[in-house]
Amino acid sequence: MNTAPGTPSKERRHAYWRANLRLMAALLTIWFAVSYGCGILFVDELDAIRFGGFGLGFWFAQQGSIYVFVVLIFVYVWQMNRLDRRYGVNE
Amino acid sequence: MTLQSWTLLLVGLSFTLYIGIALWSRVHTTRGFYVAGGGVSPLANGMATAADWMSAASFISMAGLISFIGRDGAVYLMGWTGGYVLLALMLAPYLRKFGQFTVPDFVGQRYYSQQARLVAVVCALFVSFTYVAGQMRGVGVVFSRFLDVDIDVGVLIGMGIVFVYAVLGGMKGITYTQVAQYCVLIFAFLVPAIFISLSLTGEVVPQLGFGANVPDPVSGGSIPLLEKLDGLHRELGFAAYTEGRKETIDVFFITLALMVGTAGLPHVIIRFFTVPKVRDARLSAGYALLFIALLYTTAPAVAAFARTNLIETVHDTAYSELPEWFHNWENTGLLAWVDKDGDGRVRYAPGSAFDPIPGEKTMRLTRSGATGSAGEPRFVNPPSSGANELHVDRDIMVLANPEIAGLPNWVIALVAAGALAAALSTAAGLLLVISASISHDLLKKVFMPQISERQELLYARLAASVAVVIAGYFGVNPPGFVAEVVAFAFGLAAASFFPAIVLGIFSKRMNREGAVAGMVVGIVFTAAYIIYFKFVDPAANVPANWWLGISPEGIGGVGMLLNFAVALGISRFTPPPPPEVQDLVETIRIPGAFEAAEAATDVRS
Repeated sequence: MNTAPGTPSKERRHAYWRANLRLMAALLTIWFAVSYGCGILFVDELDAIRFGGFGLGFWFAQQGSIYVFVVLIFVYVWQMNRLDRRYGVNE
Repeated sequence: MTLQSWTLLLVGLSFTLYIGIALWSRVHTTRGFYVAGGGVSPLANGMATAADWMSAASFISMAGLISFIGRDGAVYLMGWTGGYVLLALMLAPYLRKFGQFTVPDFVGQRYYSQQARLVAVVCALFVSFTYVAGQMRGVGVVFSRFLDVDIDVGVLIGMGIVFVYAVLGGMKGITYTQVAQYCVLIFAFLVPAIFISLSLTGEVVPQLGFGANVPDPVSGGSIPLLEKLDGLHRELGFAAYTEGRKETIDVFFITLALMVGTAGLPHVIIRFFTVPKVRDARLSAGYALLFIALLYTTAPAVAAFARTNLIETVHDTAYSELPEWFHNWENTGLLAWVDKDGDGRVRYAPGSAFDPIPGEKTMRLTRSGATGSAGEPRFVNPPSSGANELHVDRDIMVLANPEIAGLPNWVIALVAAGALAAALSTAAGLLLVISASISHDLLKKVFMPQISERQELLYARLAASVAVVIAGYFGVNPPGFVAEVVAFAFGLAAASFFPAIVLGIFSKRMNREGAVAGMVVGIVFTAAYIIYFKFVDPAANVPANWWLGISPEGIGGVGMLLNFAVALGISRFTPPPPPEVQDLVETIRIPGAFEAAEAATDVRS
């Protein structure tokens, strides 16, 4: 493994870690909201709204939450690659 | 060409491919055997992870299961996909940076304790053996249904194939066969789904057909498929398809246990050790979920299509006028009809059509050899007292789909090859976990630290061979409780590994005492609850007796929360981990290489 020129300082590493935690918290909030929120806790209320041929709650429970999960991971990948470069911790 | 020859051809071709890959990817180092040398591309790892994860149950049983429980099937759909978000954000990149071979490796080193490693090894072995028994059985069942061989012979053939590529090629052989198996299984799942969507709704994409309009026989106009299905359900006396039947709190905790359990399953986690870099681990988690989502968003559509097709084709139809596929599957015991009211027509209603054979605890449909007045096979099982005359095994929803939709023989044969790919790929991943737990975690790291790499590799191959034989034994003689212990596998993974690993990464202060106490409390609580309701007093396993209305399937979610609480509490009153362990935590949090010596002075985070 190569040591990158200019190994990141302790402060920089901690700033990177905090930025990582903020991103993670934001994405996990969405993760919780679509699955446990829309798909389970408020599913009956949302079913009153029609979405194509679905009740919206049913759609989130059997389709929508899965699509959102996929998008969340790719957003995470994209944002973390940016953070890695910004803080100079990329391999 | 007949169905039999098509099946032989496609299954034979796919098996030749797997063996070919195995011969090409032999390995000579432990690193090659355990983590494929760490050189797998993110795309390949995504496909391999998807095949590793999607088992015979995902491929054959899940759509059928959803088709019988309607909206509540979402617990499996969300539960078995949402865990990948946790894996990608909280586990995979850090475990890749840690860079060892197994999950017990991480637990043992992070918690500087051989006891913690042993707890992890026992859990890994238990979870993996539980799972692999079902896969081997699945292989045997597919062989017997499609190729007319004995189930036991099918299990032996499956054992032989897995033996070749898991023992010779280790993780490398497993990885590249899994890539091929993913392609086979997803093609086999999507082709019939697309044809059925087209014939039922006119939409090519099943996910769109799921919400499309279909002709309404009542009004003569058109209504959404799901509304029509709700109507059919009410007409027959079933609860509406799109309404929930389980309590909300139970749905919540089952979903939680499955998600967290998924993220804590060793055979899924170790797949992320095989990519070169941290960023590859993140990306391959994204690819993995994308490839899984292809099947998991199609399955609920297939469930609704199959349910509609079944009711419309079979209900209130004279037995003599039933289509040919009904009689084909009647021969396998997956479909059965008993004429309770003597009108010669099939009446489909809630409840089971048959009772278990007197003296048997579980429902097992057995032909008596006689035939009824309409020419239907008779059964030893007494008819139940309810109005329902139709017995439908849930597996039929996927297995018979191509025939129900009138698709050509090669598509039916493809489903057989796909189901085998799903079962074999998962079995291989689990066998590797078992082999690595024994040769690496138990022998090399605990009992025989002096062995050379060559010897360790030899033990790894031996352990894999023994594991194949044990898995095959359980496939031939399935313990009656396989279905019951699946809840166990997820519950234990959720209540043990997930909190221990997450805290090990995100809390620098987490120490040996906290982690071990958390794991022990989580495991004991979860295991006690499941054992009580599944084995000690199965008659009491009804919602009224459950704690807060949470079923044994969902109790792992509570066990996980308990583990977190106990670990965090105990760690506050016991000494912090040694400086070198805190350095380790600092190192795994940051992708690149650097010196973490100064980290030891800072224990706040």
